[in-house]
Amino acid sequence: MCRMNTLIKNAARNAVSVNGLRKAYGEKVVLDGVDLSIGEGEVFGLLGPNGAGKTTMVRILSTLVQADAGTASVMGYDVRKEAETVRSVIGVTGQFSAVDDLLTGEENLFLMGRLLHVPLTERRARTAQLLERFDLVESARRTPATYSGGMKRRLDIAMTLMGRPRLIFLDEPTTGLDPRSRYTMWQLIRDLAADGVTILLTTQYLEEADRLADRIAVLDRGRIVAEGTPEQLKRRIPGAHILMRFADAASLDAAARALREGSRDDNELVLRLPNEGGIRSLRDVLARLGDGVAVEDLSIHTPDLDDVFFALTGNPSKEQNQ
Amino acid sequence: MTALTIAIQDATTMLGRELKHTLRFPLLLVSTILVPVVMLLLFVYILGGPIGHGLGDAAHGAPYVDFLVPGILLMTVASGCGPTAINVRIDMTGGIIDRIRAMAVTRGALLAGHVGGSVVRTLGAATVVTGVALVVGFRPKASVPDWFAVVGIVAAFSFALAWLSAALGLVAKSVAGANGSTLPIQFLLPFLSSTFVPADSMPAGVRWFAAHQPFTTVVESLRALLTGAPVGSTPYLALAWCAVIALAGYLWAQVAFRRGPR
Repeated sequence: MCRMNTLIKNAARNAVSVNGLRKAYGEKVVLDGVDLSIGEGEVFGLLGPNGAGKTTMVRILSTLVQADAGTASVMGYDVRKEAETVRSVIGVTGQFSAVDDLLTGEENLFLMGRLLHVPLTERRARTAQLLERFDLVESARRTPATYSGGMKRRLDIAMTLMGRPRLIFLDEPTTGLDPRSRYTMWQLIRDLAADGVTILLTTQYLEEADRLADRIAVLDRGRIVAEGTPEQLKRRIPGAHILMRFADAASLDAAARALREGSRDDNELVLRLPNEGGIRSLRDVLARLGDGVAVEDLSIHTPDLDDVFFALTGNPSKEQNQ
Repeated sequence: MTALTIAIQDATTMLGRELKHTLRFPLLLVSTILVPVVMLLLFVYILGGPIGHGLGDAAHGAPYVDFLVPGILLMTVASGCGPTAINVRIDMTGGIIDRIRAMAVTRGALLAGHVGGSVVRTLGAATVVTGVALVVGFRPKASVPDWFAVVGIVAAFSFALAWLSAALGLVAKSVAGANGSTLPIQFLLPFLSSTFVPADSMPAGVRWFAAHQPFTTVVESLRALLTGAPVGSTPYLALAWCAVIALAGYLWAQVAFRRGPR
């Protein structure tokens, strides 16, 4: 009985739970049995390359598309049977700009307020508040045609927030943005998370998921191939390494003798060492190197998305041999 | 709030958005006015002479312009189809449609806004076109109740064609395709009706089609009302056609909308 209660409680605390979700478009299988759960207040990163099924996942959870099989619930409501209720608790910012180009920024927000039946005075206050928060006050009376990519994205998310959703889907929120806008967007997402909003974020960038998400799932060809905190995932991924560059061949030789591992490139005068142990192994490498060897340049490389996919999904040529 | 008041409120919101769009981007409205006006001038000043002489009894002794203008009003309604299909298609192309579909907004509100906007635009365009017609010599003999009937039929036909255009816009694969698919409504059907010449002057095969298709019924009812001829049951028949087209377009549009953008 006690165990039963715990189970129910856990179920209620899930903002999203997905079981055995499948979706195919004709012959093409997009989601091939996905299980997923996101706790309330969590920032969850769905990481994967183009065509992995990230957008389809978001479209199913936001009631835009129906799954072929499996179940999905959002805030405890079934996305198929209780779609209307689901829509009232979520906010969606899709991959493509969903702002009205012929209305001004302010009118776009106001339109959302009207469609959400926010009372007039509150609608006005909330519009002003969101314009302020998303740094759009000066461009409020202009149409998005004159906005930069980053401004359009900010308006897009501001529109999503008009209804005070408890769960927000952000489908590749920084794709196509310049570095500065990307940084601003990250800060905005962190602020949302601080307000206690649950966020499902899809991204192609490991760095982005790493910086923002409490938990990450890696989606590849319609399957979740790994799930965990960013730290847990990174530990599973080989590919972290140190690159050392030397001024001359003699120094490179000396370093290679002292370390007795890694791979050397005599043309570039570069030594590459695996660095799975983080700072601890870096310290070890430097200790073994001693003071006698002059290193011109040293850089630490953490795994990128390519490494993740080689590690988690296997080399495509290897797969063919199996 | 009841479901109905919410639905009306949502549809009104969308209508407001659509009218704002028209004001911000008036080009489509201008084309809706320009096409019938050019047709009017073309047929009154260039082609109308010999046609008018050949009309005989069909014009009930009135000048050709009086025969023509009801048909031009019909063309005004028909030329509103292009912008409606285009606007629906543009909405489906952008991300805004997904945003609205993922919100707890009354399902049909977006399309209702487009259809309402289309009717308002068409009535505006028809007013301008009627003004031009009066300038070039159109002398209607309609009474005040007749005028109300004319406005009612124009609005009803516009409403019907707008649902059909919305459906065409939803199933079109591109914006250009959306406009293209309305061209038969804009040009082919008006020409193959008694818009410019009476149906019984046409070759046998076409004559039967022209005499029985809805455009002829609508234009005949407008013509009778505006020239003061006996109207008989044609206005009712015209409204029945409007109801059938509106219902078919509405159902088609609902199915296409539910299927979502491509």
